[in-house]
Amino acid sequence: MAEPMTATAHGSHGGDEVTKRDFLKLVAGAGAAVGAGAMAWPLIDSMNPSKDVLALSSIDVELKSIQPGQAITTMWRGKPVFVRHRTAEEIKAARAEVKGLADPATDQDRVKPGKDEWLVVVGICTHLGCVPVGNKPTDQRGEYGGWFCPCHGSQYDTSGRVRHGPAPANLPIPPYAFLTDTKIKIG
Amino acid sequence: MMRWVTFAAAAAALIGSLATAPARAQGEHVALPKLAWSFAGPFGTFDRAAAQRGFQVYNEVCSACHQLRHAYYRDLTGIGLSAEQVAAIAASKSISDIGDDGAPIERPGLASDHFKSPYANDLAARAAQNGALPPDLSLMVKARDGGADYLYALLTGYSEAPAKMKMGDGMNYNKYFEGSQIAMVPPLSEGRVTYADGTPSSVNQMAKDVVTFLAFISEPETEQRKALGVRIVLFFVLMTGITYAVKRKVWADVDH
Amino acid sequence: MAGLHKSEFTNPVINWVDSRLPVFTMMQKEYGVFPTPKNFNYFWNFGALAMVTLMIMIATGIFLAMNYTAHTSMAFDSVQRIMRDVNYGWLIRYVHSNGASMFFLVTYIHIFRGLYYGSYKAPRELLWILGVVILLIMMATAFFGYVLPWGQMSYWGATVITNLFSAIPVVGEPIVTWLWGGFSVANPTLNRFFALHYLLPFVLIGIVFLHIAALHVTGSNNPLGIDVKGPQDTLPFHPYYTIKDSVGLCVFLAIFAAFVFFAPNFFGAADNEIPANPMVTPAEIVPEWYLLPFYAILRSVPSKLGGVLMMFGSIGLLFIVPWLDTSPVRSCKFRPVYRWFLALLVIACIVLGMVGAHRPEGIWVILGRVGTAYYFLHFLVILPVLGKLERPLPLPESISKPVLRGGGPLPAGAAAKPMEKA
Repeated sequence: MAEPMTATAHGSHGGDEVTKRDFLKLVAGAGAAVGAGAMAWPLIDSMNPSKDVLALSSIDVELKSIQPGQAITTMWRGKPVFVRHRTAEEIKAARAEVKGLADPATDQDRVKPGKDEWLVVVGICTHLGCVPVGNKPTDQRGEYGGWFCPCHGSQYDTSGRVRHGPAPANLPIPPYAFLTDTKIKIG
Repeated sequence: MMRWVTFAAAAAALIGSLATAPARAQGEHVALPKLAWSFAGPFGTFDRAAAQRGFQVYNEVCSACHQLRHAYYRDLTGIGLSAEQVAAIAASKSISDIGDDGAPIERPGLASDHFKSPYANDLAARAAQNGALPPDLSLMVKARDGGADYLYALLTGYSEAPAKMKMGDGMNYNKYFEGSQIAMVPPLSEGRVTYADGTPSSVNQMAKDVVTFLAFISEPETEQRKALGVRIVLFFVLMTGITYAVKRKVWADVDH
Repeated sequence: MAGLHKSEFTNPVINWVDSRLPVFTMMQKEYGVFPTPKNFNYFWNFGALAMVTLMIMIATGIFLAMNYTAHTSMAFDSVQRIMRDVNYGWLIRYVHSNGASMFFLVTYIHIFRGLYYGSYKAPRELLWILGVVILLIMMATAFFGYVLPWGQMSYWGATVITNLFSAIPVVGEPIVTWLWGGFSVANPTLNRFFALHYLLPFVLIGIVFLHIAALHVTGSNNPLGIDVKGPQDTLPFHPYYTIKDSVGLCVFLAIFAAFVFFAPNFFGAADNEIPANPMVTPAEIVPEWYLLPFYAILRSVPSKLGGVLMMFGSIGLLFIVPWLDTSPVRSCKFRPVYRWFLALLVIACIVLGMVGAHRPEGIWVILGRVGTAYYFLHFLVILPVLGKLERPLPLPESISKPVLRGGGPLPAGAAAKPMEKA
């Protein structure tokens, strides 16, 4: 072969050869793609929560010291969680029928059966992530007696449901369970 | 062709010279007995029963003085213990913490706790140990030349000092230790622990078990690493074959 | 719109971009149709392998940095957290730490390739010089990186290497204090080493870009060391060399993976699994294998300043190699005498590497001095003198000629069949 070697030298063999070569190229290309993907995954996965972070993803909260009408803020997965000991009036207010909720939900679904007085919610406003106020006795609780977000004025009721303002959803309920009557495990 | 061979030889020699590098720090150590470890080789895995017995030895003997500062109780699931067993082991330890009122408290351990340290800090350890600091064991198998073989040799290598050797105060003769004098008293003795599975607890058996456990705790990723490695290496070998075939096809038209 | 580039790509999106910023045309020109000598052997893979390794190092390094803490009281623990708790952290770290060794391995072979085939000779002097700059930056980066895990070897390696500068008369001590940011290797030192370790690879990318740009001005050398005469001597880079590089890459990655997964601590030192302790020096301080020959040169000179000068000189010497070589031909294929001296140089480097790994006692002292002497003799005397004395073998007329004539003017066996037997 004395003529210049260029890419156009392709295909000087029969059609079978070309097919076989193209097939091999396809296999090699697919292999390279799979390999690159497999190599990228460990890097991506390394940014997910590590074992030490996951190991700390549940906490126990003692309820004994929380008086009716009081609420405490505790930390779970780096986020504030509100645990509120509701009074009878507050439960009653939460159970009253309300129309036009932004995020319809009944109070019964937001507490554990038989533990109506305990409301546990993630204390992060569903609007843009601020922490609403309302746990301290001196805090403003908004018109509905729950929490008030100082950032953009969202108001939550005594069931943690959004009743006013730009927040699109209710305060989320973290996974939790009662270990004893006075102790819960969040996470 | 001659030159190619020379090149290959040079490259091989270069790589060969690297192989001597890790051996360099061995110095004048006594030759170590070589054991057939369950976790050795590209397919080796930890003998679960041995590792669990080894944990018992660590727990009942070594942990009196030696810390496992990088390990957590939860890591024990890696040697085949269930989450409940791990929680029970952790709960049997009393961990120092700060209470809600800010005062120091003792609480039962959790799986997410680090292994409890026998001493508050290094100074406390030295004060209690006649000035010698019992080293942390969480990386011990990686941190000594000879690795598992060395630790086994050390644990079983105590003997009477030769008559002419001048022993330091409170020192023990161990021919595998650098300088042959070690502050650690012989930690293992016949029947020192009672194994639940009925394995006779000879010194050699306990040493082998605890080294298996320490090998695990030094590199908990070992089994995952090797299993993944087999697949990855095979993948690249396969890809070598495929790319070589493509290369042959692509170059078939070229006179070279 | 006279400034718009006339793009030949038919895809409208690519064409639109390419007309405004002709990156696609550039890629096509430099890596697609780029005329490349047709007679490369597999030694020409190693530049591409080094490039890929650099990319792997940067990718893994960035993700390690996300979990590493550059503080003396936390660095060692943060590395252990990477090894034990971060998802695939052990994999990323082992790829990174073994990758350093792989990077030097392929780079040293790449340099040796250049020495054997005379790739440093005119007109590729600047290309070679840029390569030496890359080597220097690699060494600095590797040194900084080795300090980061803050083990015993990290700490004492940093102490010993930074102390080299104290050999400089008058300003030596102030320079060392400045490097440390204190009166010993400590937290400020670790912090700045981390910053530099993160910075330098990106500087490296810049120099590598210049290295490749220079290569694409002069064109590649080839195993015959003769110039390309015309299109009959070349092939388009793609697909011929992209696929050939891919073969080498797969072999390389298989070896790389074998170390990472089955012998991840092969290149490591046990002492570095012990946290740094400024009170206790390990029994033996040895650098990583890729620095051992230079370390051996340092120790072979019985004078502090002399040793430091010789060590830096041994690398500095590489900058002027293009002018030390006086031979009229490039490739050692046609240098029947010099190739043996080059083999001696390789042996000297290997011996020096072994010397660096052993205590300077007995035979190792002598071997170290002989190796050092030969290293300098080779470059400063043999290379210039032999070029004038040696009678090179007759060169082929062109790259494609010997193939056409089945031997041509070459002595039988020397180049009749290109050595590459794919």
